[in-house]
Amino acid sequence: MQQLVNTALGGITLGMVFAAFALALVMIWRSTRIVNFAQAAMAMVTTMLALSLIERGWSYWAAFLAALATGFVLGAVIERTLVRRVEGGPELNAVILTLGLFIVLTAGAEIVFGSDYRSFPVPFSLSGTEIGGTTYALTGFDIFTVVAVLVTMGLLLALFQFTDIGLRMRAAAHQQEVARLLGVKVGRMLTLGWALAAVVGSLSGLLIGGGSLVHPHYMESVVVFGFVAAVLGGLDSPAGAVVGGLLLGVTLSFVSGYVGSGLVALAALVVLVVVLMVRPGGLFSATTARRV
Amino acid sequence: MAGVPQRLRTTWREVPLARHLVLAAIGLVLVAFTLPAVGDFRATQLTELAYIALAAAGLTVLTGLNGQLSLGHGALMAVGAYTTALLLDERDAGPPLVLVVLAAVAATLAVGVVVGVAAARLHGPYLAGATLAMAVAVPGIAVHFRDQLGGEQGLRTYTPEIPGWAADAAYYLTGSDPSRSTYVAFLAWATLLLGLVLLANLARSRTGRRWAAVRDDEVAAELAGIHLGRARVSAFAVSAAAAGAAGAMLAIADRNVAPGAFNLNLSMTLVAVVVLGGLGSLTGAIIGAAVLTLLVSFGPGLGRSLGLDDLASEQVAPLVAGLVTVAVILLAPRGLAGIAQGRLAARRARRAYTSAPSSDGGSPPSSSTPAGSGSAGTSTAVSTPTGKGTP
Amino acid sequence: MTNKQRAPWVVRSTTAAVGLLAGTLVLAGCGAGGREDGGDEPAEAGSTVGVTDDSIKVGAHYPLTGVAAPGYSEIPTGAQAYFDYVNANGGVYGRQIDYLVRDDAYDPSQTTSVTDELVLQEEIFAMLGGLGTPTHRAVVDTLNEEEVPDLFVSSGSLQWGDDPEAKPWTFGWQPDYEIEGKVIGQYISENLPDAKVGLFLQDDDFGADGEKGVRQYLDSQIVSVQKYTSGNTDVGPQVAALQADGADLVIAFDTPAYTALTQLVSLSLGYSPQWFYSNVGSDPTLVGGLLSNFSEGAVEGSSSSLDGVLTTEYIPGVDAPDDPWVQLWQKVWDENGSDGDLTNYRIYGMSQAYTFVQALFAAGEDLTREGLRDAVEEQGGDFAGPNLAPYRFSADSHMGIAGMRVVQLSGGKGEAQTDILVTDIGDAEITTDDSGQADDAPPESGIPE
Repeated sequence: MQQLVNTALGGITLGMVFAAFALALVMIWRSTRIVNFAQAAMAMVTTMLALSLIERGWSYWAAFLAALATGFVLGAVIERTLVRRVEGGPELNAVILTLGLFIVLTAGAEIVFGSDYRSFPVPFSLSGTEIGGTTYALTGFDIFTVVAVLVTMGLLLALFQFTDIGLRMRAAAHQQEVARLLGVKVGRMLTLGWALAAVVGSLSGLLIGGGSLVHPHYMESVVVFGFVAAVLGGLDSPAGAVVGGLLLGVTLSFVSGYVGSGLVALAALVVLVVVLMVRPGGLFSATTARRV
Repeated sequence: MAGVPQRLRTTWREVPLARHLVLAAIGLVLVAFTLPAVGDFRATQLTELAYIALAAAGLTVLTGLNGQLSLGHGALMAVGAYTTALLLDERDAGPPLVLVVLAAVAATLAVGVVVGVAAARLHGPYLAGATLAMAVAVPGIAVHFRDQLGGEQGLRTYTPEIPGWAADAAYYLTGSDPSRSTYVAFLAWATLLLGLVLLANLARSRTGRRWAAVRDDEVAAELAGIHLGRARVSAFAVSAAAAGAAGAMLAIADRNVAPGAFNLNLSMTLVAVVVLGGLGSLTGAIIGAAVLTLLVSFGPGLGRSLGLDDLASEQVAPLVAGLVTVAVILLAPRGLAGIAQGRLAARRARRAYTSAPSSDGGSPPSSSTPAGSGSAGTSTAVSTPTGKGTP
Repeated sequence: MTNKQRAPWVVRSTTAAVGLLAGTLVLAGCGAGGREDGGDEPAEAGSTVGVTDDSIKVGAHYPLTGVAAPGYSEIPTGAQAYFDYVNANGGVYGRQIDYLVRDDAYDPSQTTSVTDELVLQEEIFAMLGGLGTPTHRAVVDTLNEEEVPDLFVSSGSLQWGDDPEAKPWTFGWQPDYEIEGKVIGQYISENLPDAKVGLFLQDDDFGADGEKGVRQYLDSQIVSVQKYTSGNTDVGPQVAALQADGADLVIAFDTPAYTALTQLVSLSLGYSPQWFYSNVGSDPTLVGGLLSNFSEGAVEGSSSSLDGVLTTEYIPGVDAPDDPWVQLWQKVWDENGSDGDLTNYRIYGMSQAYTFVQALFAAGEDLTREGLRDAVEEQGGDFAGPNLAPYRFSADSHMGIAGMRVVQLSGGKGEAQTDILVTDIGDAEITTDDSGQADDAPPESGIPE
C-alpha cells in the first residue's frame, strides 16, 4: 500500500513537471504551429546557468528568477532571429530547425558548463512527509513543484482571459489577418508568446533538476515525455496538456516500479501510439483523423 | 562503328539502371583500390561513413521524396543490427553473410511496414514526435530483455572469416592480404553502393513518382488514382530496409551491438546528414555523411587549438553540425548537393544558351524535378549518384 | 537542355570509366600478381608494436563524461601522475611511458570506436585499466584477436580472468564481483542472520555477478531484488519497492552517482535500512560531495553522509594517511598530480599503474607483448604491492586480487570489521589471508624493481 501511494505520489510530481513542459509546447504550437523540439535544451541551459550562479554564492531565489528571465530572453531571441524565418513555411523546416537548435544548445552547454553531474540544491526539505507514523514520498520540494506549476497555470489563464495583451496574443495566434487589421502587432505578439513559453519551459527544467543531479543531458528524456504529454491532451489544448502530463507521469512511474525501468520510454511510445491511432488530435481535440 | 557510341549514349540516357550499375561498379573498383592504401583506422572511419550514408539515403528518400520525417531511423538501424547479432552469435558457425544481411533487411522491412502503417495516419510534428519516441523506446527493449538481447552490454557479433577467394582476389589486386578492417569497409561500401543503385532506380520508377506525387499534393495524387496510404507505407518500408542494411553493417563493424549505439544522437545525426546533403538527394546523403565524419575527426583538434580542454573539444563536432543544420535550413534548404547542383545546372544552362542560342533554352535543367509545393515544401531534387559528376 | 548537349559528357565519362577499369586491371596484373608460396616472414620473437628504445605507448578507455564519470574520471589522472613520477625517475629500462586516455562516456559503442583508434591508429603496445563491464566487454575480443595485452581491466567482472584460453591477453585486477558478493554474503549470514536482505543491482554483469556471490550465502534471507538501468536517474520506484518488500538491509552493486541517488530517495521515503554498498559505489568523499550540495540540512554534507554504511576494501585509501602506500601516493600526487586532492579513485589509478610498471620490469629489457603476458602469468602471483590480498595470476587464471575485508564507514573512514578474507570464484572456501601481503611496504624509490 505504501509503495502504491509512494509510486503514485512520485508520478504526480513528475506529471506536474511534464504538464508544465507540455504547456509550454502547447503555447508555442497554438501561436506559431511549430513544435519546439529545442525547448528541453533551452530549459537545460537556463537551469545550468542557475546552478552556476548558485555555486557562485547567489541565493536559490535570485538564481531561480535569473533562470526564468534568461528563458524569457532566450525564447524571444530565438523566435525573432531564427524561427521567424520558417514560420508559415513548410512544417518540415521548422521541425528540423528546432532539432538543430537542440543539438547546438546541448553541445554548447557541454562546452560552457562541462559535462559533470552536479547536484542542484533547493531551499526545501528533501525528507518525505510523515503522516500517522508512515512516511510518504512527498518532500517540501515536491509540494513546491506542484504549487509552482499550478500558480503558473493560473497566471497564464488570467493573462489570456482577462488582460488586453492576452487578448491580443490570442488574436495574433488565431486570426492573424484580422488581428493585423485591428492594429495588433502580430510579430511582437508571437515573440512574446515564445518568450512566455520559454519561461514556463525553464520552470519545468528548474523543477526537474532541483534536489537531484543535473548535467547537459538531464532533460533529454523530457523531450520525448513532454511531447507525448502534449499530444495526449491534444497540442491545441492547454488543459489537455496538464491532464496529459499527469496521466503520463503516473503511468511511467508505475511502469518503472512494477514492470522495469528500461521499459519507461517504450510505455510512453505505446501510450502515444494508442492515443494517436484512436484520436489523432489528442484526447481533448475535435480534429478529425487524417484519412489514409 | 559510329553506331556504337551512339547506341551507348542512348542506353546511358534511357536506361537508368544501366547507368547506375556502371557507376556503382566504378565506385566499387575505386573503393577496392583505395581501402588497402588508407590504413586500418581510416578504413574503420570509412565503414562508419558508409553505413551512416546508407541509413541517410533511406531517410532522404522518405523525407525528401515522400515528405515524411522520421526521427527514429536510429531505432530501425537497431532492428537490423540486433537481427545481425542474433544470427552471428557463434564464433565459427554463422550463416553466409549475404543471408544475414538479407535477413536484417527483411526484419527491418517488416518493422518498417508496421511503423509505416501507423505513420501514414500522422503528419508533420505528430509524426516527428512519434518517431522520436520510437528512437528512445527501442533501445529500452534491448535493455529489458537481457537474456535474449544482452541488456545494457549488448550482443557480441562474430564476423565470418574473409572468404578465401575474396582474400586471394584482394591479394591479386593489391599485393597484400586484406586486414579485417579493410574487408569490413569493403563490405560496407559494396552494400552502400548496391543500396544506392536500388534506391535511385526506385526513385526514378513509377513507385518513386507516386511517392513524390503524394508529397506534392495529396488531393491531386488521389484523383490520379494513387492510394495515399499504400504509397506512404511503401516509402516507409523501403526507407526502413536501407536503415536495416546500415544496422547490419554497424553490427559487423563494431563486433558488438549495444543499446547505447542507438541513442537519440544517432537519429539526430541522420537527420543532420540528410539536411546537410539536401533533402531528397542521394548524392547529398553521401556528401552529408562525409562532411560529418570529417567533422568528427577534425572537430576535437579544432577545439584544442581554440584552447578548450579535451572534453569540451569533443563537443565541437556536434556544435558545428548543429549550427550547419540550422544555417542550411535557413539559407540553403536544398543542402550541399543542392548548391553543387545549382552551380552545375547554371553552367549547363549557360552552355545551352551559347551553343543553341535560338532554342528555347530557358527550360529548367533536367536534374531538378518540379519544385515541391506541398507539405515537404522545399525543392526536393532526387538525384542519382551521378548528380555531382563534373565533365 | 537537349540530349545533344549532354552527350559529350556522357561519352567522356564512360570512356574514362572503361579506361580506368582497364588501367587498374593492367596495373594490378603487373604490380601484385598471384600469391607466392612460402613467402611468409620468419616468425619474430614477439610483437613490439608501440615500443621504441625510449618509449612505450599505453592506451586506456574511461568514462570522462556521462553518468559513470563522477569518480571514475579521476582514475586516469592518478595513473598519469604515477607514470609521470616513473618517467621523471628514468622510466622503465630507459623507456618513458606514453599514456593515452580516451573518453567512451560508458557507452559500449563508443568504447569500440575509441579502442579502434587506440589500437589501429595510435598503435598502442597495451591497453591498461579499460573501465567498465559493458564497455570493456565490447572490445575484449578485438583486443585478443589483435593480440594486444589487455592488462588490469577496471571492472570486477569474472570474464576477464576465468578463461585464459579464450582470452589469453586479458587480465583482471580488482577482486571480482562474485568473490565480493561471497564475502559480503558470508559476513551478513554470520553477523546479521535475521536481516531481511534487499538487493539493488545495476542491470548488467556487474549486478548479476554480485548477486551470484551473495546468493551462495544468503539465498534464503533475500526478500527483494530491484534493478536499475544506468542512465535513468529516477530510482524512486525501485527504492520504494525495496521498502515495500520489507528489506531492512540493502546490498547495492551500483556506481557512486546511484549511491547518492539511493540516499536521496530513501530520505524522501523515510526509509532507513542498513546499507551495504559494494566497493565500487561506496566512496564516501565522492558520494558526500554529490550530496553535500543539497543544503538546508536536508542531507548532511561531507563524507560523514555515509556514516554507518558497510562496504569492502582491498587497497588502502585516503582514510589511512599513515599507511606507507598512501604516503607514497600522496608524495606522487603532490609532485605530479593535476588539480584537486588525492582521492581513492586516484589511488586506484596509481595502484594499478604501479602493478603495470611492475609487470613491465618483470618482462625484462627486451619488451614484447608476449613477454609482458608471460611475465604476469609467471610472476604476477608474487607481485608485492598495495593490494591487501595477493593476485591470483597464473597460466590457468587471469583473475586479479584474491580478497578484501569488510569495513564500516564512520566520519569518512573505514573501520575494519573482518580480517583480510581470500577466496576464489565458484564454491572455493573463504579463508583468512596468511600471505602477509597486507604488510608490504613500498620500495624506497617508490618504483617497483
